[in-house]
Amino acid sequence: MPNMNNGTMRELTYVEALREALTQKMRADDRVFLIGEDIGVYGGAFGVTAGMVEEFGEARVRDTPISEAGIAGACVGAAVAGMRPVGEIQFMDFVTISMEQLVLQAAKIRFMFGGKATVPMVLRMPGGAGTGAAAQHSESLENWFVHVPGLKVVMPSTPYDAKGLLLAAIDDDNPVIFVEHKLLYRTKGHVPEEMYTVPLSQTKVVRQGRDVTVVATSIMVPRALEAAETLAKEGIELEVIDPRTLSPLDDAPIVASVKKTGKALVVHEAVKTGGFGGEIVARIAESEAFDYLDAPVRRLAGLDIPIPYNRTLEYHTVPQVENIVDEARRLARGEF
Amino acid sequence: MVDTMAQTSVAEIGGERGRTLLRQMMTIRRFEEKAQDLYSLGLVHGTMHLSIGQEGTAVGASAALTRNDYLLNTHRGHGHCLAWGSTPDRMMAEFMGKETGYCRGRGGSMHIADVEANNLGANGIVAGGVPIAVGVGLSIQFRQTDQVVMVVFGDGATNEGAFHESLNMASIWKLPIIYLCENNQYAMSMSVERAFNIERISQRGCAYGIPGVTVDGNDVAAVYEAVKEAKARAQAGEGPTLIECLTYRWRGHSKSDRQAYRTREEVREWQDRDPIPRFASWLSLTDEQVGALWKEAEGLIETAVSFAQASPEPDLSTILEGVYA
Ligand SMILES: Cc1ncc(C[n+]2csc(CCOP(=O)(O)OP(=O)(O)O)c2C)c(N)n1
Ligand SMILES: [Mg+2]
Repeated sequence: MPNMNNGTMRELTYVEALREALTQKMRADDRVFLIGEDIGVYGGAFGVTAGMVEEFGEARVRDTPISEAGIAGACVGAAVAGMRPVGEIQFMDFVTISMEQLVLQAAKIRFMFGGKATVPMVLRMPGGAGTGAAAQHSESLENWFVHVPGLKVVMPSTPYDAKGLLLAAIDDDNPVIFVEHKLLYRTKGHVPEEMYTVPLSQTKVVRQGRDVTVVATSIMVPRALEAAETLAKEGIELEVIDPRTLSPLDDAPIVASVKKTGKALVVHEAVKTGGFGGEIVARIAESEAFDYLDAPVRRLAGLDIPIPYNRTLEYHTVPQVENIVDEARRLARGEF
Repeated sequence: MVDTMAQTSVAEIGGERGRTLLRQMMTIRRFEEKAQDLYSLGLVHGTMHLSIGQEGTAVGASAALTRNDYLLNTHRGHGHCLAWGSTPDRMMAEFMGKETGYCRGRGGSMHIADVEANNLGANGIVAGGVPIAVGVGLSIQFRQTDQVVMVVFGDGATNEGAFHESLNMASIWKLPIIYLCENNQYAMSMSVERAFNIERISQRGCAYGIPGVTVDGNDVAAVYEAVKEAKARAQAGEGPTLIECLTYRWRGHSKSDRQAYRTREEVREWQDRDPIPRFASWLSLTDEQVGALWKEAEGLIETAVSFAQASPEPDLSTILEGVYA
């Protein structure tokens, strides 16, 4: 959808795209408010809400004490009682303190009450390594939430999707875990000025290719695209797919792609064991794509260790572009 | 605030011991400044939380305990580590992610532990160490030793649920815990005025049947006295104490803080209450003596940086080590 602005496509960073979504939505809907640690005058640890308290005031851009269980619970309660809260957990790691309210309350209230209540809340949080912040500030815990029916899990990889998915998440009548990535915050891309939504549960084929299907999430999407450029020079064409919403998952485009390529690689940053990649592999194995496979389905994911502080160790703990290139090349060449 | 320095026994923390403690404070100050420089030069990465301005609390508290006791530290914990006796060499090496660091370069600033010296580590999670103190206290009780555990945390940590659960358990089981709250007036951008509807954080002890005291955290002797008393209480089987130390962090919360939530005047006012010259004057030291101690402290930091720079990086082949015992 080309949006011409002074003759050029307007570019925003991922952070700016998120801020624009929140700002436009708060102007349009009084029920929406923000709640979290240091989101007011500080502007959020990563600057997502910078300047918003000046426009909307301290009630709607509400700084909290350091109380992650309380933040999650306040979102649940406000949502059940008619508001549309957007909470921020400063680092995804700290959502471990919010788990009871999310897993046992937010996710289950609608079902337990016979479908008579809704919990329209969004909880935003940045995950991921790469900043040297070590083991307690670098987690990628998205699959914990994928395992909980009743929660939706969204992971945008571009500024365009960040804005559109956040607006869709706020409109959604279910609790949505919205996982951002620290290394994506400064990335730039085209973002239309108007309010638009990117529907939840719509997997996107972001690059067409005939040789290998690469399913990637979050920061791994740009890395997979870069790997695809490298391999294209060798005549290997990757088809890169971004689920965008991890749960409920739209797996049809993945199955269709694997039927075409016969080869699949799943790439994510979270540790491999028990990660989202296992779910994708299982969906492929259970589907009609199984008969079309020419090679084992591969997973490239974080090592099964906490994120180390040392720069070199940290770098080698999660998949990098060169790892994707190697793995996809070997798949394409039939080396597995 | 009452100046308790005058009332404290000079015999305990005056004289030669006092000079050692003062040099510790100076070492902490220079250590933090150097850490920040190295960060700016790109030699240290990640994030770090400096305790400049809070040296009086760290040094006063550790002085009242032995290395047979236990320490659970905060994210703003370099000062407590040094006061507990950790070497700046291995701390600096940890900052640079070196194999010779306290955590073999795996933990970094927020996770420095010196387990052999019963320093059970700093914590990247606000209030993360507070419930752990209950378990350490239980262990001491089961083993019937005369040890105590001191858990250090900020004002912000007392608004986590874990803080409240910990205090209550410690109280009903009379555990030998010293809860040391460093109230430096802010949790990141959240001032204590905005985060609390009570006068003093020490009042929270009352809800759990625990004595709560507030002291001037920039007064080494006041902190020392309070911790000494809490230790005696714990060893007598009377249970935990909550100590609130009023102090101030001079620098931003971490590397990326514009400090829009406070004024320069406020920072300057607190800088006038610098705990280091204050303790020096309590010790009645001459300018020459003070200058010599600064030189010693600076020498320790120079040595630490050289040690860290000369140390090897972890070997990449060891990347999977250390997850399981
Ligand atoms: C559970 C948790 N929530 C939030 C954070 C992010 N964070 C780190 S330090 C800090 C402020 C802590 O304030 P305080 O306890 O007063 O300690 P201070 O930094 O002032 O020493 C915050 C919000 C964290 N590390 N852990
Ligand atoms: Mg504080």
